[in-house]
Amino acid sequence: MTPEGSLLVAEGLHKAYGPTPALDGADFSIHPGEVVAVMGPSGSGKSTLLHCLAGIIAPDSGTVRYGPHTLTGLSDARRSALRRTDFGFVFQFGQLVPELTALENVALPLRLNGTKRKEAERQAREWLERLEVDTVAQQRPGELSGGQGQRIAVARALATRPRVVFADEPTGALDSLNGERVLTLLTDAARDTHAAVVLVTHEARVAAYSDREIVVRDGKVKDMMAGLI
Amino acid sequence: MSIGHTLLGLLESGPRHGYDLKRAFDEHFGHDRPLHYGQVYSTMSRLLKNGLVEVDAVEAGAGPERKRYAITDAGVTDVAQWLARAEKPEPYLQSTLYTKVVLALMTRRDAAELLDTQRTEHLRLMRGLTERKRTGDLADQLICDHALFHLEADLRWLELTAARLDKLAEAVRA
Amino acid sequence: MSAHEERAANQGSGPDPGRASWARDLAMGLRFAVGGGREGWIRTALTAVGVGLGVVLLLGAASIPHILESRQARGDARVAVNGDRPVKRSSATLRYADAGTSFHGDPVRGALLRPDGPDAPAPPGVHELPHHGEMVVSPALKELLASPEGTLLRERLRFKAVGTIAEPGLAGPGELAYYAVSDRLAGEDGSFRIAGFGSRIPPRELPPTLLVLIIVACVVLLMPVALFIATAVRFGGERRDRRLAALRLIGADRRTVRRTAAGEALFGAVCGLLLGTVLFLAVRQGIGSVTVWDVNAFPGDVTPSPALAALVAVAVPLCAVGVTLVALRGVVIEPLGVVRSGAGRRRRVWWRLPLPVAGIALLLANGQVGTGGGTVDPYLIAGGAVLVLLGAVTLLPWAVEAVVGRFRGGPVPWQLATRRLQLSSGPAARAVSGITVAVAGAIALQLFFSAIQGDFMKVTGQDPHRAQQDVTLPSHDVATIREMVARFRTTKGVRGVIATIESTASRPGPVRRGEDFPPSTQVTVGDCASLGELAHTGPCKDGDVFVVKDSTGMVDTGYLFKTARPGARVLLNQDIRTGKPDGAPRTWTVPRTARVVGSRKDPSGQTAFGIFATPGALDTAALADPRARAMVRTDPAVADAAEYVRNTAARIDPLMDVRTLQNLERDKQFGSVRTGLLVASTATLALIAAGMLVTTLEQLRERRRLLSVLVAFGTRRATLGWSVLWQTAVPVALGLALALAAGAGLGLALLRTAGKDIFDWSVIWPMVGGGAGLVAVVTLLSLPPLWRLMRPDGLRTE
Repeated sequence: MTPEGSLLVAEGLHKAYGPTPALDGADFSIHPGEVVAVMGPSGSGKSTLLHCLAGIIAPDSGTVRYGPHTLTGLSDARRSALRRTDFGFVFQFGQLVPELTALENVALPLRLNGTKRKEAERQAREWLERLEVDTVAQQRPGELSGGQGQRIAVARALATRPRVVFADEPTGALDSLNGERVLTLLTDAARDTHAAVVLVTHEARVAAYSDREIVVRDGKVKDMMAGLI
Repeated sequence: MSIGHTLLGLLESGPRHGYDLKRAFDEHFGHDRPLHYGQVYSTMSRLLKNGLVEVDAVEAGAGPERKRYAITDAGVTDVAQWLARAEKPEPYLQSTLYTKVVLALMTRRDAAELLDTQRTEHLRLMRGLTERKRTGDLADQLICDHALFHLEADLRWLELTAARLDKLAEAVRA
Repeated sequence: MSAHEERAANQGSGPDPGRASWARDLAMGLRFAVGGGREGWIRTALTAVGVGLGVVLLLGAASIPHILESRQARGDARVAVNGDRPVKRSSATLRYADAGTSFHGDPVRGALLRPDGPDAPAPPGVHELPHHGEMVVSPALKELLASPEGTLLRERLRFKAVGTIAEPGLAGPGELAYYAVSDRLAGEDGSFRIAGFGSRIPPRELPPTLLVLIIVACVVLLMPVALFIATAVRFGGERRDRRLAALRLIGADRRTVRRTAAGEALFGAVCGLLLGTVLFLAVRQGIGSVTVWDVNAFPGDVTPSPALAALVAVAVPLCAVGVTLVALRGVVIEPLGVVRSGAGRRRRVWWRLPLPVAGIALLLANGQVGTGGGTVDPYLIAGGAVLVLLGAVTLLPWAVEAVVGRFRGGPVPWQLATRRLQLSSGPAARAVSGITVAVAGAIALQLFFSAIQGDFMKVTGQDPHRAQQDVTLPSHDVATIREMVARFRTTKGVRGVIATIESTASRPGPVRRGEDFPPSTQVTVGDCASLGELAHTGPCKDGDVFVVKDSTGMVDTGYLFKTARPGARVLLNQDIRTGKPDGAPRTWTVPRTARVVGSRKDPSGQTAFGIFATPGALDTAALADPRARAMVRTDPAVADAAEYVRNTAARIDPLMDVRTLQNLERDKQFGSVRTGLLVASTATLALIAAGMLVTTLEQLRERRRLLSVLVAFGTRRATLGWSVLWQTAVPVALGLALALAAGAGLGLALLRTAGKDIFDWSVIWPMVGGGAGLVAVVTLLSLPPLWRLMRPDGLRTE
């Protein structure tokens, strides 16, 4: 399955931690601007798939292609560079640097890309406004509520205007109302910037924010749209 | 729940007398509501008329007990189509879904496929509701949320059933 | 525990319910320390190892008095005293002569003995005196003599080794010593008669400046150890706090939590105390093979003074509890988590500043002491030093907070590091407080050293380029002297010998008016080459005579000319006691051709004057009571030339004294204090580095997930590596700056006490370099674990 115009394509991914396979021949593809939910029971390999797709870990076999690049053939340094410039990340918890203010946290990936501090913080402030958390710009993560923290994390993931946003259970630690608000803001912002979103979740209501879902079961991926066509 | 499809499905594993059909139905699906004989024979005569079953053998004696029914090719196709078709997501679907899963297992069809199809259908509806919620007013949001939570509950049931298919298959085929 | 429950507990049946609850809570802490699973064990083990290492050092320090005392006692017990009054010969006396030598730079203590009878005393550690031609040796000497390296020494000590000297007769296990018995000892060879060994002479008191140095050194070396122990008690504190929060959740009140924490710390400290004691005992067994400060000790010597040991045993656990309680003061442990209130409260400077100021004041209050005297009040000096250093430690957290709080912006690694420090500067400041004290103390001592070392270094005036060994020949017989000189000349590795025979000449005739005794002068006979080393003779041939004026100005030329004058007649055999000739007068006339020249410092730094004659001009046989000296010039290419010379000397006479010429002589006590300080500060710095490393790694482990997240969004390893470096370097730099200030202040105050004002600033750079090296080492060692933690495993939540 190699749909035309795909931004990120993975084929035949295998990855094992010790004797247990986490991925066992997984395929995946996503178009620019598409929101794809990765569903499946816990331990099915959802997060491993996300880590492989994002080039955080290297699969044992199989390929991940991103635009003209074959991620699986790149050095760790090149993959890191790609993650800095082209990818954004939101995790469930514990992702904000506790010493930095909300503003500095959002500016961090921009600064890692070499943007000057002033400019980075100006852009960061825009994202904070967009995610409705500009009032807490000068506070540190320890002083924020869970919902505020996740919005900061979303702002940080989007600040570099990434082509792909990887979100691993982004609302897992939030109540429904906050979770839905964060998802609305994330998917709206991603659609505006034409970014693809890989949304790992085990919750149907979260997956309902996607355009399409895939199910990971026993390390294999089932694309639900393919079944319909 | 479609009794016709269920009986057809039960016939797929081999020809049966009407009484056998009732017993098998009660055993698997009629825990709280056993089937009447009348319901069985009226359903069978409808299926006969539509060519989905045929009378396999007529034994000596009087009364309907003499007839043994067998499924036709058209009947098998009909069961397959029914199983593959996602139910319209609505509350309290599980009795239908349960019947379908059990029948799929009994007839050695892919029950997981069935569940996945249903999940996709559920999610399709949930996407629509979510979209409506995003654009709608507070009343819309509340109504949509109600539906969404129910659908989510069904989906959880689907997930759980999917995770227990192997055990269910053992129980059904025993 | 709720207030209600507490009331119930107070009404309990026990005689002292308060104490009972203390005991219960402490016991609970103990259970946490033991039963806290793997994590609990690791924490307890870290604390125990840290405290243990500190305890080893403390017990070592507590043993120093006993080491010195026992060395002193054994040293006193074996002294042979050459008293003012001669000892009457009896069957219980012996003749004694020092026969020490040196081998490859190591001193060899030795003595020749000649028992006068069967009851002659044996020196300590010697069971029975050996027979003539035999010796007893120390185990170290025995080993050396048996080894290939000892060949040359074996040739020198031509006695048969028949036994060993036991522990009571040795200063330390590594000492080279022997006692040999020789029938040839007689009255005129430097030996003397004794009735027994040992003396009650009070030991030489340390010069006051050295005493100041030692007191401050102890303070400087032990304070970081104390701080290290305090740090070790806090290892794993954050996780402990979380565990205590869980305790609060199930209903413990704040006081209970505090006591539980104290119990946990107490357990770690007691484990550390035990571990430290075991380690100390183990180290003690191996102590004999280690020589520090030219001193090595028997395991039995390394016994902590009971009072100090008891102090360590009590103070360490108490400190552990105290530190824990103080650490918990700024922390509110709530059932649902830990709130650090420290962040909100700014540190104040007003109560910190008076400490160092008071310290300096105390030091200056002691008044001046010099090498010559002055009194040292150890309490004043030690108290002052402690206050200054303590001041530096208390100022440090304030300084770190004040400085770090001003940092804005900068590159990402810098921002990460400074922001972290801003959020909680306490742990960082604590980690470097050890360095601050160690470096401040070391700087103070080094400054003090650089200023007072002149007092302890003597310029000898000797010139080791012209001759390397100085030998006094033990004979008064000219023929024998000549033969001895010849033997030195033919010794392997010898290039030349400056040999002279000296005697006295006086003016013949009676004492004139105004004179107490007839004027006399020195007569020196030697060949032209030898005389040329002692005077500016100019051209010289055998048969020449010179009148040498004293160029140092000590001896008036007018007085000299009364006897040493061209054409003067002199008496060669005057009896000094009577002023009359000893037997028939032997006179000699200084030739009129004798040239008057200036004297020249000889290679041993001495200056001779008077009549210098070549053998062709004056027959040495005419001299009365001639003494001979030989200065030997050796070939630098022959490695063991000095040992060959000593062997030749010993072959001629075991009692012959051979001195090695050197231009500088460092006071031995001073040298050993300085070496000791260097060794100890190195050990202290290593200890601090270990503590910092543990703290850094612990902090990194706490941040495992965050590190993985940072890696996920593409953070470079270098970025995080640099941030770790800055995070260590910034507090260390501040600590060093403070150390510089405190060290300079302390050093200058000490210098004023010693009445010195010249010192060498350059001595502080090695300390700063040491601090920088420490940062580098800690950072480098934390990089591999950092790389490991930066793997994406931390993202896996399942």
